[in-house]
Amino acid sequence: MNLRIIVLAKQVPDTRNVGKDAMNADGTINRAALPAIFNPEDLNALEQALRLKEQYPGTTVKVLTMGPPRAAEIVREGMFRGTDGGYLLTDRAFAGADTLATSYALSTAIRKMGEYDIIIGGRQAIDGDTAQVGPQVAEKLGLTQITYAEEILKVEDGRITVKRHIDGGVETVEGPLPIVITVNGSAAPCRPRNAKLLMTHKNAVITEWSVADIDGDVAQCGLSGSPTKVKAIQNIVFKAKESKAMGDTDAEIENLIVELVENHTIS
Amino acid sequence: MANFYTDSPELKHYLNHPLMKRIVELRERDFAEKDQYPYAPQDHEDAMDNYDKVLEIIGEICGDIIAANAEGVDHEGPVCENGRVRYASGTDINMDACRKAGLMGMAMPRRFGGLNFPSVPYMIAADMVSRADAGFENLWALQDCAETIYEFGSEEQKQHYISRVCAGETMSMDLTEPDAGSDLQSVQLKATYSEADGCWYLNGVKRFITNGDSDIHLVLARSEEGTRDGRGLSMFIYDKRNGGVTVRRIENKMGIKGSPTCELVYKNAKAELCGERRLGLIKYVMALMNGARLGIAAQAVGISQAAYEEALSYARDRRQFGKAIIEMAPVAEMISNIKAKLDAARTILYQTSRYVDIYKALDDISKERKLTPEERKEQKYYAKMADAFTPLSKGLGSEFCNQNAYDCIQVHGGSGFMKDYACERIYRDARITSIYEGTTQLQVVAAIRYATSGFYANAMKEFAQWEVSSEMAPLKARLDAMAARYEEAVATVTSHESQELIDLTARRLVEMAGYIIMGYLLLQDATANAELFATSANVFVRWAEAEVDKHAGYISRINPDEMAFFRRY
Repeated sequence: MNLRIIVLAKQVPDTRNVGKDAMNADGTINRAALPAIFNPEDLNALEQALRLKEQYPGTTVKVLTMGPPRAAEIVREGMFRGTDGGYLLTDRAFAGADTLATSYALSTAIRKMGEYDIIIGGRQAIDGDTAQVGPQVAEKLGLTQITYAEEILKVEDGRITVKRHIDGGVETVEGPLPIVITVNGSAAPCRPRNAKLLMTHKNAVITEWSVADIDGDVAQCGLSGSPTKVKAIQNIVFKAKESKAMGDTDAEIENLIVELVENHTIS
Repeated sequence: MANFYTDSPELKHYLNHPLMKRIVELRERDFAEKDQYPYAPQDHEDAMDNYDKVLEIIGEICGDIIAANAEGVDHEGPVCENGRVRYASGTDINMDACRKAGLMGMAMPRRFGGLNFPSVPYMIAADMVSRADAGFENLWALQDCAETIYEFGSEEQKQHYISRVCAGETMSMDLTEPDAGSDLQSVQLKATYSEADGCWYLNGVKRFITNGDSDIHLVLARSEEGTRDGRGLSMFIYDKRNGGVTVRRIENKMGIKGSPTCELVYKNAKAELCGERRLGLIKYVMALMNGARLGIAAQAVGISQAAYEEALSYARDRRQFGKAIIEMAPVAEMISNIKAKLDAARTILYQTSRYVDIYKALDDISKERKLTPEERKEQKYYAKMADAFTPLSKGLGSEFCNQNAYDCIQVHGGSGFMKDYACERIYRDARITSIYEGTTQLQVVAAIRYATSGFYANAMKEFAQWEVSSEMAPLKARLDAMAARYEEAVATVTSHESQELIDLTARRLVEMAGYIIMGYLLLQDATANAELFATSANVFVRWAEAEVDKHAGYISRINPDEMAFFRRY
């Protein structure tokens, strides 16, 4: 079975190691202070794709990413793990995209890439944490989607069986190809980069596509295609306060709830 | 999310040594394979970039996977089930990561599927793997056994076995037996040739075999009936796929518990001869012993690094009397000494690796074509340096490793004696490094002739010619004075013309030589990169000076008549 798989991946600032200098004074992210990494859940998705490639010889796996020119490294990182290359969407007109404009650009590029069976990506990126791009790509392409996937069990007769993570357990679901799958961080970790593949592909030239290359509508890309406007970004510093002892009477619990509602901790 | 390569910039410093130019040029035969393999380097810079990038992968695997599994592997350990070994679950995960990353057969040529890496980057990898889990290092580093097949096996054996190792199969070196430990001449495992089947069969018992249930074994066995010494021993290859060897038990060890140390029973195990009959011990094992010893030197350095990290981190966090304990001089001194000994052991490890790289590459080239007279001279020089420096790296490096693990526990105080901190595992793991692949005492036996012959003294003179930065000049003067004291001590010992006196003072002489040589090497490191090494150079030379004084004083007062005191027991 020759599956054609597209992995959606994003280069993100490593928000897991945020220091004091993570934000600029104007509220934007200080990218110099945060190393650019392969979005962790996209790595989980990549692993699922590579396992299918091993399971079904003849399968191709390509990475599609959008970002500045240096995000080509994400496509190469995929090659170091066993993918067949990929594409980088890079154009000033793509910049400043919210999830709607991103999913527009990705889905337009996917159409340009030709036939496909599985589009797979991480559940969400650690910089935005929206979990919207995968589902929006599915909607734009008119495809079935399986979210919170943990493991792809099999592909048979044009249908895919997937174990997905749900509250309190797992469920096994089935869907028709082509399909969009978003993978949870609880899925198997991605394999390491392979030494020979790295040495082979470290200088690989990655195909870059502009808005024009994918026959995209500039108005729907980047900032102009993004209805989401960031009003303000605040730098929140968490401070541990003194602990407060409370009893177990109904009145004291009631008081605590009132206090939490008032300070908007719960609503 | 740790990366053991990028978080220790010292490693990159050792990778980027000027001698790498010559090493890469020889190893790559002037880049003859650049159009043959897509992963072969185009030129020197490309090769160095490859090493750097691959080491970064290994650093990530070490930091994120192997180190994270170390505690679980230590607790769980391998088990013996129905004559086979089942690794701890974390070991399987580690192995899988190394295979997927293509890190098996790192030093083997590309035509067998290897990466063709020189010894220096390979040792840097071993250094990091050991820091992550010294027990796992044994399993991973047994890929070295492929070197024996490469050097002495037939072309058919190379194609068959080395390719399998590069694809991820494991190896073991089955040498020792219940009555043949350090004294391998006593090996009894019997090899019998069957004319009918046209192959050899092995029968007997092997003991203390690291990773004894490996896929491919190299086995030292007695092929010549009626012989009793090393000249009756040959080297064999046993393929687990053929069956005939079972694991009787796994030893219950103090440390490196993830590495299964096995007792093996050979019952008519089919095997093939590797190389020529009778040369098993006297040529093949001897040729490979130095390589194995350098591997343990790297393991010792990796454990020292782990001890340093644990000690430093605890000393910064732990507060007593209102301040972090690292701010107190006795603790600060321990931490400084750990780091200085770590850097000293590491500098001689990589210097030795460079020597090995050059002489081995020239050895290999000599099988393809005749070496030029200059190359023969070069080969001879580096082979001798490698032989002289290997016992110093292994012997003194493993002793430093033990001292560092001891001090690491000491820094932790009472907590270090509990099972709660990594330092107690590090302490247990460290202990074997000064025992296996030749005890420290045997390293001294290998090294002492280089002391009495004046070889080490000449090496010191050669190193003393190297230019040092003005900051390091005062330390160099102190080292020069230490070298003079060392020469006096050697002269004192040899003047008595007593072998017994030499034997008795050998360790002192070898330690003096090793410390002084390490000092000169550290001065070079600190000259090239003061920020990384100036502190260690200062601390180490001061420490070494006191040791040299102590040994010199002892030797200056010794009298051959006093030998009697040491014969009493």
